[in-house]
Amino acid sequence: MAIPVQARSGNVGDRTWAWVTAIFGGLLLVVAGLILLELGRVAAPAWSHIGIVKFLFSSDWDPVQEKFGALPFIYGTLVTSAVALAIALPVSVGLALFLSEMGPRSLRTPVAYAIEVLAAIPSVIYGLWGLFVMVPWLRSPVEPFLAKTLGFLPFFQGPPIGLGYLAAGVILALMILPTVASVTIEVLKTVPPALKEGALALGATRWESIRIAVLPYARPGIIGASLLGLGRALGETMAVTMVIGNSPEIHASLFAPGYTLPAVIANEFAEATGDVHVGALAALGLVLFGITLILNAIARILVEAVARGPRGARA
Amino acid sequence: MMKTVLAALLTLAGATALAADPILVTGAGATFPYPLYSKWFSDYNKLHPDIRFNYQSIGSGGGIQQFTNGTVDFGASDAPMTVEEQAKAADAVHIPTVLGAVVVTYNAPIQGLRLTPAVLADVFLGKITKWNDAKLAAVNPGLSLPDATIAVVRRSDGSGTTYVFTDYLSKISPEWKAKAGTGKSVSWPVGLGGKGNEGVTGLVKQTPGSIGYVELAYANQNKLPTALLQNKDGNFVAPSIAATSAAAAGVSMPADYKVSVTDASGKDAWPIASFTYLLIHQDAKDKAKGEALVNFLRWAIHDGQAVAAPLEYAPLPAAVVKMLEKTIQGLTVQGKPVAAAK
Repeated sequence: MAIPVQARSGNVGDRTWAWVTAIFGGLLLVVAGLILLELGRVAAPAWSHIGIVKFLFSSDWDPVQEKFGALPFIYGTLVTSAVALAIALPVSVGLALFLSEMGPRSLRTPVAYAIEVLAAIPSVIYGLWGLFVMVPWLRSPVEPFLAKTLGFLPFFQGPPIGLGYLAAGVILALMILPTVASVTIEVLKTVPPALKEGALALGATRWESIRIAVLPYARPGIIGASLLGLGRALGETMAVTMVIGNSPEIHASLFAPGYTLPAVIANEFAEATGDVHVGALAALGLVLFGITLILNAIARILVEAVARGPRGARA
Repeated sequence: MMKTVLAALLTLAGATALAADPILVTGAGATFPYPLYSKWFSDYNKLHPDIRFNYQSIGSGGGIQQFTNGTVDFGASDAPMTVEEQAKAADAVHIPTVLGAVVVTYNAPIQGLRLTPAVLADVFLGKITKWNDAKLAAVNPGLSLPDATIAVVRRSDGSGTTYVFTDYLSKISPEWKAKAGTGKSVSWPVGLGGKGNEGVTGLVKQTPGSIGYVELAYANQNKLPTALLQNKDGNFVAPSIAATSAAAAGVSMPADYKVSVTDASGKDAWPIASFTYLLIHQDAKDKAKGEALVNFLRWAIHDGQAVAAPLEYAPLPAAVVKMLEKTIQGLTVQGKPVAAAK
C-alpha cells in the first residue's frame, strides 16, 4: 500500500485521518483477497484430483464417481444471462426513451416507482412466480408458438417442457430490468437539450432526433447499464435454480433444461461430503468470480471511456 | 412464617440464578428432522429450564464437518458417517432418533398405482418411458393406464431424501448401482431437478405424466397421490408411519447403528425408509454440557418418541430403544458414566 499523499504533510490530525481512511480502503482489498485465497484453498483438492483443464472443459458431473466438469454450468450461466440481456435491453431502452422523450411528465414518477418496486421483490418470490405461473405459460402457448414460427432455428426445437434456459432467461430479464432501465433513464437525462433541439430544428422527426442525436450520445452509458444488469444476471441464484430444470447438460435449444454456476453451488453445497465434491463447488465459485471480474473490468473500461469521451455521459 | 418467606425468597433467587445462566448445548446438521428436533428442544427446555439447545439445520454435510472440527457439541446426519468421515472423528457415536420414509408421487389419472422394484428402477433409469408400458401394465392389472410420456422429477439439491431413494435403487437394481449409485447428489440418467420437497411437488403437480419422490411427511401433509410399492416379502404396501417403523423392526441392528433399512424384510415394511442420527462424542470434555446431552438423549428415545408420529416421523421400534438404553448408559463425561437425572 502506498503512503497516502496527505500523510506526508499537514498536522497530526490530518495525517492520522489519512492513515485511518487508507486502512479502511485497504481492508476492502484484504477481504476480497482473503475470499479468493480461501476459495482457492478449499478448491485445491478438486484441482489436484481432476486437473484445471479437464475441470473447465469436461461436461461430466457425477458426485458419486467424483467426476466433475464445469462446462455445462459455465454454458448455462452465459446463455441464460445473454437471453436475459437480449430481452431486458430493448425493453429498458424503449421504456427510458418513452419516459424521457415521448411520454407525459406526469407518468414519470409512478413508473419510476414501479421500477423500484420490481427491484425490491426478493428473488425467491420471482422464482415461485416463475415456477407456478410463468413456466406453465411458457409450456403452452409460448414455446409451441416459438417452435412453430421459429422452429427452423436450433434454439427453438425440442419438446416444450417449460423449465429450461428460456424460463431462466425470462425471469432474469425481469430481475435485471429495473437496474438497466433506471440507469438508462439517468443516462438519457444527461443528453443536452441543445442536441435534440438542433436535430428538430433541422427538420428531423421525433424518431429521427432520437436516432441521430439522443442514442449516439447515450450509447456508452447504455452499454454500461447493460453490463451492470449482466453482472446481476450472472450471480442470480434462487430464482434461476427454481426454473432452469437443474440438469448438467449442454443443449443448443433454449427449451431444454440446464444448470448455472450459482444454482449448482446453492443446490449441492449444504449436503456435499468429501473434500473433492466441496472442492469442485468452490472451484465453480472461483470460475464465477473470474467471469464477473472480467465483466466488471470491461464495465470499468467502458465507464472510463465514457467519462473521457467528448460525447461522454455520466452513467 | 418468617422462615417460609425466607425459604421462598431463596428458592426464587436460586431459580432466577439458574434461569439467568443456562447450560447452552449447540448442534448442527440435517434439515430433515429439524421440525422434530426443535419441538424436542423446546419441550425439554420446559422440563429443564436450566438447559437450552441451539440447533442449526445447515445440512448433514455441514453437521458432520462442524462436529468433526469440534465447533458444535453434537451433530446430526440423515446418513451414517462414511469410513472416511468416521476416521476423522473416531469417538463419534451414532444415535438413531426417528425414522423417515421416501414415497413415490405421480401426476396421472391412475388410482392406486402399483410399482415393483424393477419397474421403479426402469422408470428412473429412463427405460420405461410410457405410462402404458407393458411392464407397468403387467403389475397393474385392471387399471387403465394412459398413453402418455413419463416425466421423471427428482431433487436438484443434495439431500438425505435422495440418499435414501438412491440407496434403495442401488440395492434392487445392479444397473442403477453401476450407472448412478448411492449419494446425496447423483448423476441422474433422466429427469428434471426441483429444489427441495416443495420444488419436486411443484413440478409433479403441474407436469402431466410426471413421477417423483418426496418425504413421507411432505406427502401426508399435502395429500399427494402415492404409489404402492412391492416390498421384499412380495407384498404391495402403502406408505405410512407404521409401515416405516415396521421396516426397522426386521433388521438386525449392528452395535454402531450404521444400518441401511431400505428394502427391509417384513410383511408390512415400507421398503424406502431410513434412520436419522444424532452424532455424539463417546466421551464429552465439558462436564455440564455432556451430562445435559446424555440426559436429553435418555428423554428423547423414551418420552420424545411420543411427539414423533404427530409430526409425521416414524418412532423407533422397541428393540432399538432397548439397545440404545445400553449405548447411552455407556456414554461418558470426562471418563465417568453419567447418572440418570432425577
